[in-house]
Amino acid sequence: MEIAIIKYNAGNVASVMYALDRIGQKYQLTDDHEQVKKADKVIFPGVGEASTAMAYLKEKGLDTLIKGLKQPVLATCIGMQLLCKHSEEGNTDCIGVFDVEVKKFISKDLKIPHVGWNSIEQKGDNPLMKGLKEEEFVYFVHSFYAPVNAYTTAVCEYEQPFSAMLQKDNFYAAQFHAEISGKAGEQILKNFLAL
Amino acid sequence: MLTKRIIPCLDIKEGRTVKGTNFVDLRDAGDPVELGALYAQQGADELVFLDITATVDDRKTLVNLVREVARHVNIPFTVGGGISSIADVSALLNAGADKVSINSSAVRRPELVDELALAFGSQCIIVAIDTRFEPAAGLDFVHTHGGRRITELKTLEWAREVENRGAGEILLTSMDADGTKAGFACDLTALISSAASIPIIASGGAGTMEHFTEVFTTGKADAGLAASIFHFKEIEILALKNYLASQGIPMRI
Repeated sequence: MEIAIIKYNAGNVASVMYALDRIGQKYQLTDDHEQVKKADKVIFPGVGEASTAMAYLKEKGLDTLIKGLKQPVLATCIGMQLLCKHSEEGNTDCIGVFDVEVKKFISKDLKIPHVGWNSIEQKGDNPLMKGLKEEEFVYFVHSFYAPVNAYTTAVCEYEQPFSAMLQKDNFYAAQFHAEISGKAGEQILKNFLAL
Repeated sequence: MLTKRIIPCLDIKEGRTVKGTNFVDLRDAGDPVELGALYAQQGADELVFLDITATVDDRKTLVNLVREVARHVNIPFTVGGGISSIADVSALLNAGADKVSINSSAVRRPELVDELALAFGSQCIIVAIDTRFEPAAGLDFVHTHGGRRITELKTLEWAREVENRGAGEILLTSMDADGTKAGFACDLTALISSAASIPIIASGGAGTMEHFTEVFTTGKADAGLAASIFHFKEIEILALKNYLASQGIPMRI
């Protein structure tokens, strides 16, 4: 099985690569369109700022490439937000797989960013959560969030419920960092690889 | 529900974990990769690795060490010690660190916080603040050089400033409490935590499980960090987390 990790300017790809190493999965880090297209599975990770990341993706034509992918795609953190339609972060038009507006957390009482281990609850069918405990904790670091919507497959709560995971057709997305979310995160990655 | 975090801290010298109550009496505590993986397995929520020598040779060792830790540890980890430039941070993040912690370099040149937040995002920039109470002024002041040198910065003001400059979290170490095992500096932690809208990691003074309850309730900390009580197995991480959960503190078990 060939795995392509999309190479772009929103980094911390190292954690994703090492997580795949730990579960014994080979991969390629690439921004080559043909390599990405022919991969069996694509991972679109990222930590960064939306407008800067989108500008880079557009420059490389990766935005249209990603939107047109037919194989299973897993987007995490900023990757998930970039698959939405628009983000309040830098007032950015994003890739638009999910018709969802990404908003900034605003709270008087809670710390922003939302940092740490929070529990997620499955909503409807979610093959990526197969084999997980009913209350499972995963690691979040973010200041922007996708509200609960028609594509939400897992919910997390931080002052209000928000989308921990989204799915539409072959596109799977997680707001949290599965790659550093302990055993639960490893199971989610394994579930994605087994799709 | 968002849980409170328990963070073991590993001091690193020449690529090995050391333990000791001060920088003079260092004892080799073994392979940091093994120890880090063990803590992760026992339920640690994050790890912090502090390079306490940070000479040029050691920097290369540190980057290699970070790579090995990233290969073997499946929870987030932070690296600190001697970080003073974008290039330093870039090397550590590329090697697999999730966050970096900066301390004296931010005091020397506060703009560094802005630069790092812009380059890498606030989420991976922790500013460590070593603080000590100055009885004459009746206030806490930021200290550098392991707490030995006082600065002109008032701790509360400095915490606000680093947040405004883009720090994602503050690692607050009370030099008064550190090493005493008499409990965290809860009043100070609560003061800083209430004033800041970013998470506060409390450090220094942990001696018993009750101390963690206090720092998460009256101290309003988002995370508690400790070193020796974990290294010397005075408190087991899983037992601590079970205890805290029984006290109503949200924990990932």
